[in-house]
Amino acid sequence: MDSIATDNPFTEEQERALIALAGAIIPANSAYAVPGTDDPLIAADILATAKRHADAVSAALDREDRLAIARHGAKFVDLDAAARQSQIERANQPGSGDDAEDELDRARFRGQRAMLSIIAQCYYRDDRVMRSLDMEPRSPFPEGFEVEEGDWSLLEPVRRRGKVYRDAPR
Amino acid sequence: MADAVDVLIVGAGASGAAVAWSLAETRMRIVCLEQGDWMNPLRYPSTGRDWEARAFGDMSISPNRRRRDTDYPVNDANSPIAVANFNAVGGSTILYAGHFPRFHPSDFRVKTLDGVADDWPIDYDTLEPFYAENDRMMGTSGLDGDPAYPPKHAPMPPVPLGKSGQTLAKGFNQLGWHWWPSDTAIATQPYDGRDRCINLGACGSGCAQGAKASTDITYWPHAVRAGVEVRTRCRVREITVNDEGMASGVTYYDEEGVEHFQAAQVVIVACNGVGTPRLLLNSTSGKFPNGLANSSGLVGKNLMFHPYASIQGVFEEPMDGYKGPGVCIWSQEFYETDAERGFVRGYTYEIHRGRGPVATALTGLHSGRIPLGEGHHEAYRRMFNRVTGMVGICEDLPEEHNTVTLDPELEDAHGIPAPKIDYTLSENSRRMLDHAVARGTEVLRAAGAVDIITEAPIAAGGWHLMGTARMGTDPQRSVVNEWGRAHDVRNLFIVDGSIFVTSAGVNPTRTIQALALYVADSMKKRLANLFD
Repeated sequence: MDSIATDNPFTEEQERALIALAGAIIPANSAYAVPGTDDPLIAADILATAKRHADAVSAALDREDRLAIARHGAKFVDLDAAARQSQIERANQPGSGDDAEDELDRARFRGQRAMLSIIAQCYYRDDRVMRSLDMEPRSPFPEGFEVEEGDWSLLEPVRRRGKVYRDAPR
Repeated sequence: MADAVDVLIVGAGASGAAVAWSLAETRMRIVCLEQGDWMNPLRYPSTGRDWEARAFGDMSISPNRRRRDTDYPVNDANSPIAVANFNAVGGSTILYAGHFPRFHPSDFRVKTLDGVADDWPIDYDTLEPFYAENDRMMGTSGLDGDPAYPPKHAPMPPVPLGKSGQTLAKGFNQLGWHWWPSDTAIATQPYDGRDRCINLGACGSGCAQGAKASTDITYWPHAVRAGVEVRTRCRVREITVNDEGMASGVTYYDEEGVEHFQAAQVVIVACNGVGTPRLLLNSTSGKFPNGLANSSGLVGKNLMFHPYASIQGVFEEPMDGYKGPGVCIWSQEFYETDAERGFVRGYTYEIHRGRGPVATALTGLHSGRIPLGEGHHEAYRRMFNRVTGMVGICEDLPEEHNTVTLDPELEDAHGIPAPKIDYTLSENSRRMLDHAVARGTEVLRAAGAVDIITEAPIAAGGWHLMGTARMGTDPQRSVVNEWGRAHDVRNLFIVDGSIFVTSAGVNPTRTIQALALYVADSMKKRLANLFD
């Protein structure tokens, strides 16, 4: 059978798992009117970014699946929303008493940095999220930002104290 | 073979630019070989929405993460601190924060004053006119009258205090500790063709505004107009020598990987504390089997980093966050030696305003302050725009077992051995880091912080690379003499951070450049008998 060449390092199942995982890490929140990371626009950004870090992301997804199978007998993507949430939130307070699961938790946490970095990068540049933080959805340049000058009279006690450096012989 | 040039400079960064500009007035034929490119500020991260992401990617401070064509790998697996640098015209000034302190008089006399390491063969007064000249060329901003320094003058007023600076200034005042607006290499007014800072907040990944003084927009335009030639994408493999033991030129690879030889009357190395020993150690010959200028055996030894402590506070009131130049004020309350502290020498606090939305998230997620899942948003909002703090820049004393050598396996794209770093944090540095964390916590609490986040040493923070080709008057205890000429090779000069005898407790770029101008001046005064 002929195959179609692709530069996508992820399988369809891995893509679904990545989005499910991201959505559990930063869920939507109605109080702040922000989407979750499984929002289609943000998810597309995450998938595009994750391709540049495919090895680290694949390894992280694999660890999530192993943990999900150990606990629930199913891969992460096949868990219901409550089970996904429960598994993600375990990382906030690791230590179930089961040595094998705890070791997997620890390994998962160590391996998560690349994944978390991708998720945070993509989430916190979304227009809706930036607006919810009272940020203008734009690049810093060329407009820049205003920073208040501040109160320079705060220096008076430092001036009054005088010299604090040592003289040195030539 | 290309015609011989009068002066060949290797490296177009902080020091290469300064020495090139200074020597240009001699009308000698000067060529600078740089492995990186001219940077295009319109492509710096702050011009895009992904500005924070790119600081973790193609504009990362780590060459091993960045992996640009113009980078070389560094094996720093055997070091608790990883090397940070950038390879381009402008070198690491492209990415530096622009925090721009001078050394102090005591920094040149550590043996005499504190009984450790060695005194420099020059003193503060020797460098002072070159500091001033460099301040004019780079365009520094600051406030005259800092009681932590002898009198000095900055051409422009300081960067704003902002909410963050004001908050921490009140904390320092409450404790009666020194603070002062930082000297910065950031234009606060239009200066020498550059526009003023507009508070982009992304100094650490290149200044699209051109307000930050990277040498591609300060020294180099002047040097090029004066006739200096810069050849980019040229990676030097070795410095060659003739039968008399004098440097005869360099062998380098161009962008296509084609090998060239460039003959020169004088060779100046400006590759800083890792690149310079790498090049010298790779320049072996019958006369110099252990590397060029290495009869002392000290090339690559005494590597100093500046261990950094990060102490950040979470406040209930908004700070400057992602806005403004990252730097604002400094404190040198604990700069000079006090034996009661349990360590010798001292450190500077460099106060940072805050961080962007992505960095805030990662700080919170990695430190466990922002949870995964439910609760993320509430916790995030308690930190966003509410984190400010400082880094403690600790003086690192020279120790011969901290080294740069040639890696036996790892190579760059041209097959040149990569540098290998072997570095151990000293007990003195550990105590100093602990002190910096404890006192930094104290001042943040005094300023009103409700939570403190610390890291010491900062694992990724090997920004300052010094000491690996030290200067001195004794050829058995130093690599270059008191005006930068190699003891072993009379037409070979070194002008970068590798010639530092000690590291002081401040960012080194201003001193690196003052030294480069001083060496250039010494050469100009001796042109008639430079090789005697």
